Amino acid sequence: MAERKVGRRAFLLTAGAVGAATGQAAVQAQADPATTAVPKAPPPPSPGYVFLKPAEAAFVEAVCDHMIPTDELTASGVDLGVAVFVDRALASGWGRGDRLYLQGPWKTGTPNQGYQLAMTPAELYRAGIAQANAWCRKTHGKAFDRLSADQKEAFLQALSRGAVELPGGLPSRPFFDVIYQTVMEGMFADPVYGGNRDKAAWKMLGFPGVMANNAANIRTYNDGRRFPARPVSIADMS
Amino acid sequence: MARKLPKVDIVIVGMGWTGGIAARVLGPTGLKIAVLERGGPRSTPEDFSVPSIRDELRFAQRHDLMMDTAKDTFTVRNTTAEEALPMRRLGSFLPGEGVGGSGVHWNGQTWRWDDTDLKIRSNYIAAHGKAYIPTDMPLRDWGVSYADLEPYYDRFEYVAGVSGKAGNLLGKIVPGGNPFEAPRARDYPLPPLTDNYANKLFAAAAGELGYHPFSRATANASRPYTNPDGMQLGQCQYCGFCERFGCESNAKGSPHITVIPVALKNANVELRTWSWVQKVMLDSSGKKAVGVAYVNVQTGEELEQPADLVILCAYGLSNVHLLLLSGIGKPYDPKTGKGVIGSHYAYQGGAGATFFFEDKAFNPFISTGGLGSAIDDFHANSAFDRGPLGFVGGFTVAQGSSNGRPISYRPTPPGTPRWGSDWKRATAKGYQTALSIGAAASSMPDRGNYLSLDPTYRNRFGQPLMRMTFDFKDNDARMARHAGEIITRIGKAMGPTQMGQAGGRDSWSVVPYQSTHNTGGAIMGTDPKLSAVNGWMQSWDVQNVFVLGASAFPHNSAYNPTGPVAALAYRSAEAIRDRYLKTPELLS
Repeated sequence: MAERKVGRRAFLLTAGAVGAATGQAAVQAQADPATTAVPKAPPPPSPGYVFLKPAEAAFVEAVCDHMIPTDELTASGVDLGVAVFVDRALASGWGRGDRLYLQGPWKTGTPNQGYQLAMTPAELYRAGIAQANAWCRKTHGKAFDRLSADQKEAFLQALSRGAVELPGGLPSRPFFDVIYQTVMEGMFADPVYGGNRDKAAWKMLGFPGVMANNAANIRTYNDGRRFPARPVSIADMS
Repeated sequence: MARKLPKVDIVIVGMGWTGGIAARVLGPTGLKIAVLERGGPRSTPEDFSVPSIRDELRFAQRHDLMMDTAKDTFTVRNTTAEEALPMRRLGSFLPGEGVGGSGVHWNGQTWRWDDTDLKIRSNYIAAHGKAYIPTDMPLRDWGVSYADLEPYYDRFEYVAGVSGKAGNLLGKIVPGGNPFEAPRARDYPLPPLTDNYANKLFAAAAGELGYHPFSRATANASRPYTNPDGMQLGQCQYCGFCERFGCESNAKGSPHITVIPVALKNANVELRTWSWVQKVMLDSSGKKAVGVAYVNVQTGEELEQPADLVILCAYGLSNVHLLLLSGIGKPYDPKTGKGVIGSHYAYQGGAGATFFFEDKAFNPFISTGGLGSAIDDFHANSAFDRGPLGFVGGFTVAQGSSNGRPISYRPTPPGTPRWGSDWKRATAKGYQTALSIGAAASSMPDRGNYLSLDPTYRNRFGQPLMRMTFDFKDNDARMARHAGEIITRIGKAMGPTQMGQAGGRDSWSVVPYQSTHNTGGAIMGTDPKLSAVNGWMQSWDVQNVFVLGASAFPHNSAYNPTGPVAALAYRSAEAIRDRYLKTPELLS
């Protein structure tokens, strides 16, 4: 169910990005291909997940939509592709432990000594979601994605403080840290990685993206005036 | 069994700024020179082209151009009472790897460290008496003076294409520059960068308060430039992808577009990438180097490269690591205070605050590496009396955000939630309306801060990791407090709609990025018992080994380190060329 929902949203959003200026126009074009003057490539299929298992996908989507709700500024986290970003990040070299020193012995250490778990980000996510859902079931009788907004908020707040005793003994703070890091990256990274669809987060900020020849702009926008950013992504220039 | 290669005259370990400078100066001698670089090759067209280089996730978050901590890292702890544990991923500092080293991903800030720093011990004794220096602070003069280094600072500024404005030309104070700088023989090769709006507000407020703001000098070319070697630099486009990235316009003075290609025009200079040096090999006396042992990372083969002269030009910390692994010099023991190698490890202190201006937009993405307005009233200004404040050292204060890359740059006022619609609103607003002021403070040596070999953890080649024992001390806290007061004063004078709280650094954590200004561990000096190398960067203990880099700094300044790293490298390489090669003995 989760996948189907994402697929439809992705279809609409991607069609909007590829075909026309607004989502509405894109939907009309898709509904009546005969009216389209210029042949268009078909929209990409539903992105799907390559790492996340169904219950994991439900957890990640719930986190994304809770942290990034739909409002006047952007679509929801899932609609921005942030869950897809997280999935791809965990399947990537980074998720599998590239550049991470993974030799023992393993000690807890002090907070100043940083990350000291024997797990890659992907392993940490997997173990963390299982334990978080077990905690939620024990406390509230249901998995995280089925909690009320208030319950989700309370759980994530406690997790961020390292104050949740997860049943498998996983320290909750590093689990929260990897969630928060990847959700923020998914929202603000270049769309080429699956999140920040339609450069929505860049538009929200006014960040112009990768096209930045500002030798003239630094003289013009030099008095408190806002630069009118029209964000450009890696794909736009490739 | 390692395969022994034909002998060369000189082996250089590492191909960043110092290795490139050494190869550039020594190449024309015609001597056979092998440069061993542990990382891979790099070129602007292949590695730094647009749009791929403008990828914040890959380069800034995932550290694509940096040292790979899965292969080699450091263990870290705050005191000897703790067990050191591996820095399992990069955070606090970001050493480079591959051709160009950290010189490809630096911001470009270039400062001339003068006698304020080079004669620091004498200065403090003269001004405040010996008792003013804390007993646990082994403060040292460097054994070189500003006058010794001036021609080499000049050389580097012209090679790297530094943009800036002289503040002191041959003793004459020039309006617009840093009035506290030491006299320079000529101006920078390029005019300063264009100040952005935040820089201008800072400069106006600082000036009204009686301070002396200037556009700081940086190796981001304000105009197209051809350096004295004929190497061409493009004009900086203020793209906001500078530090942690390579420059597609060749507008950032970097070794791979300046000294390295010039050095490699000499057929006698050979660069071998993916060549990971494990140690300097010594003869049976332990007093003479006979070459280096290294691994071809691509095949796993162990090799020996015999050489008459070994020049260590790795990242400063890796120089110290190699000395410890090779048994060159006496390792420092914090219990007795005896020994030298690993002592005087220093870092960077400071303070910072963010202010918000509801009615202004700062366009933080229109920026570049070293762009900033700074004041030096609390560092090189000899009239600034530290006495009542009770600290050794000083700090610069600057407004100089280098970028608006949104994964990491999202300032919000205190009390903002970390997610949800209110977080988004505050993020969208803060992105354009925030202005940060930072202070970079010097970092003094302490008997408890040092580098040594770790007893437990090993790198990918089975060698012990280097162990870093470091924490900020009372001196740092006193300096950060005072810096915080100055930041608050300037911030207030700018009339923000929301004031920021200036915060310093308490205990050192390896997690958040702070600064890639790691200094010391193989310090220079005039006394073989108290230093690892002499003023020519020559090892006292093994005289055919020279050690170039910030490892030689007896303390760290408020200024960024690349200026003196490069100047000392030029001076050393010329001394090798003009004197050591003729008479290979201890240089005096």
